[in-house]
Amino acid sequence: MKAWLLHHARAGSTTLRKLVRAPLSTLFNVVVVGIALALPAGLYVGLANVQKAVRTLSPEPQLTVFLTLDAGKADASLIDTRLKEHPLVSRMRYVPRERALEDMKRASGMAGIVEALDRNPLPDAFVVDASDPAPDVMERLRTEVATWPKVAHVQLDAEWAQRLDAVLKVGRIALLLLATVLAFSLVAITFNTIRLQMLTQREEIEVTTLIGATDGFIRRPFLYYGAVLGLLGGLAACGLVWSATTVVNAALIDLSYLYGARWEVAQLSWRDSASLLGFAAGLGWLGAWMSVARHLAHVRPR
Amino acid sequence: MIALSNVTKRYPGGHEALRNATLTVERGEMVFLMGHSGAGKSTLLKLMAAIERPTSGKVVVNGENVGSLRARAIPYLRRNLGLVFQDHKLLFDRSAFDNVMLPLNIQGYDRRDAARRARAALDKVGLLGHEKALPITLSGGEQQRLCIARAVVHRPAVLLADEPTGNLDTAYAAEIGELFRSFNQVGATVVIATHDLQLAERLMPRLITIASGRVDTRTAEAA
Ligand SMILES: Nc1ncnc2c1ncn2[C@@H]1O[C@H](COP(=O)(O)OP(=O)(O)OP(=O)(O)O)[C@@H](O)[C@H]1O
Ligand SMILES: [Mg+2]
Repeated sequence: MKAWLLHHARAGSTTLRKLVRAPLSTLFNVVVVGIALALPAGLYVGLANVQKAVRTLSPEPQLTVFLTLDAGKADASLIDTRLKEHPLVSRMRYVPRERALEDMKRASGMAGIVEALDRNPLPDAFVVDASDPAPDVMERLRTEVATWPKVAHVQLDAEWAQRLDAVLKVGRIALLLLATVLAFSLVAITFNTIRLQMLTQREEIEVTTLIGATDGFIRRPFLYYGAVLGLLGGLAACGLVWSATTVVNAALIDLSYLYGARWEVAQLSWRDSASLLGFAAGLGWLGAWMSVARHLAHVRPR
Repeated sequence: MIALSNVTKRYPGGHEALRNATLTVERGEMVFLMGHSGAGKSTLLKLMAAIERPTSGKVVVNGENVGSLRARAIPYLRRNLGLVFQDHKLLFDRSAFDNVMLPLNIQGYDRRDAARRARAALDKVGLLGHEKALPITLSGGEQQRLCIARAVVHRPAVLLADEPTGNLDTAYAAEIGELFRSFNQVGATVVIATHDLQLAERLMPRLITIASGRVDTRTAEAA
């Protein structure tokens, strides 16, 4: 146990020394990893902001429930209570057919037409706000209510919000692809960095192996280095994204004064930053591990 | 302690460095491997330390079949060995002291204990005054002694030395010889590959002679 701690402490200090001894190559590696990570992280922040903006700008999508023409007041009040008790419904308004006709009469140009009708062609209706404006929740509620008795038709307005959501879904898939590609590049960067390090330390590796070093002993400092490189790159990425959003926000402040509103782009959250760092460290570790495994396989006794 | 039976070693390229070699070294024995240059002395030592694997035959060290040892087990075999290499294999980017510390670091010795042992080993080979020196600034003989210090610092049960006195003048060779003798006297098994007849005369070890990859069977076992 003590030896184990000692080995780790030693690997840690070796890593730090390596980083400090070659500040330029360290800086270069960190910047490269940082940019590779900043791209998907930036896209992520962008998407999250677009989504939030859409939510606040668009009117809440609503459902309109039309009853059949033969539905009586009793049927309407039954549906009224069912809607009120439904967990997915946050607010609802009853529009009796007489009111609808009044509204229609008041609408300019329609009065004549309404007068000419001998009976009210409009059904009773309910305007419903869902507890969650997410499109899938709305859709679930719509299909459910449509099956109730005396319900003729349920219409979901603001369908454009649904379309936009589809577009955002495409954006998220693009983000996933980009993140995957750049994760690979991060692994490749550490793989190569560690490979070069191992080449320059080939003698040290050979000699330590000859006098009884385990693979773990040889691997450890390189794993540390890979993880720390990923971590520093992740920090650089967070810094880049933070600077970019700060610059955008500074520009938005001027713009929002002109419009008398307050617009702001949300930063990468602490939780997201932490997972980015963890992810980056893990990938660096993985790249280092692969690199060391390959090198050691080459120097086995024949 | 060490037993080779019918060991043949063919290097990639087809050269047969050892043919049907059979020999035993008892625990606590001191043995010299002697023979002309290219006879296969270094190859024998490399087989014992699992640095090379035999093409055929069996190499047993400390009860373990070294020839077929799993890669994971090799480090632990080597920790019981002290290796003196013909080409030293010192690390030139660190001090003499740090070179001697290396086996102790690998085995996870406590730092203070390790430093004490490293100084003692450097003292034994007469290099205590050079502990901060980089190996490149040491003479050939000093480098050789540094290599010996690194081989004995962790008190291995078996010492395998390849030409340990190759670059030393007679006085130092004698001193190193005494070091090996004292090491042997406290129970270590010592196998030395050498041309150094003077050293053989001084230490009077059992001699195993090798010619062109063949071990002289009359010398292969303790009397
Ligand atoms: N890695 C190798 N690849 C191919 N041939 C080798 C290798 N190592 C040694 N040999 C050959 O095997 C033979 C025995 O070599 P070895 O190093 O065991 O000799 P030696 O007895 O130690 O000689 P010396 O006294 O010069 O050190 C030599 O002919 C050598 O050329
Ligand atoms: Mg040799």
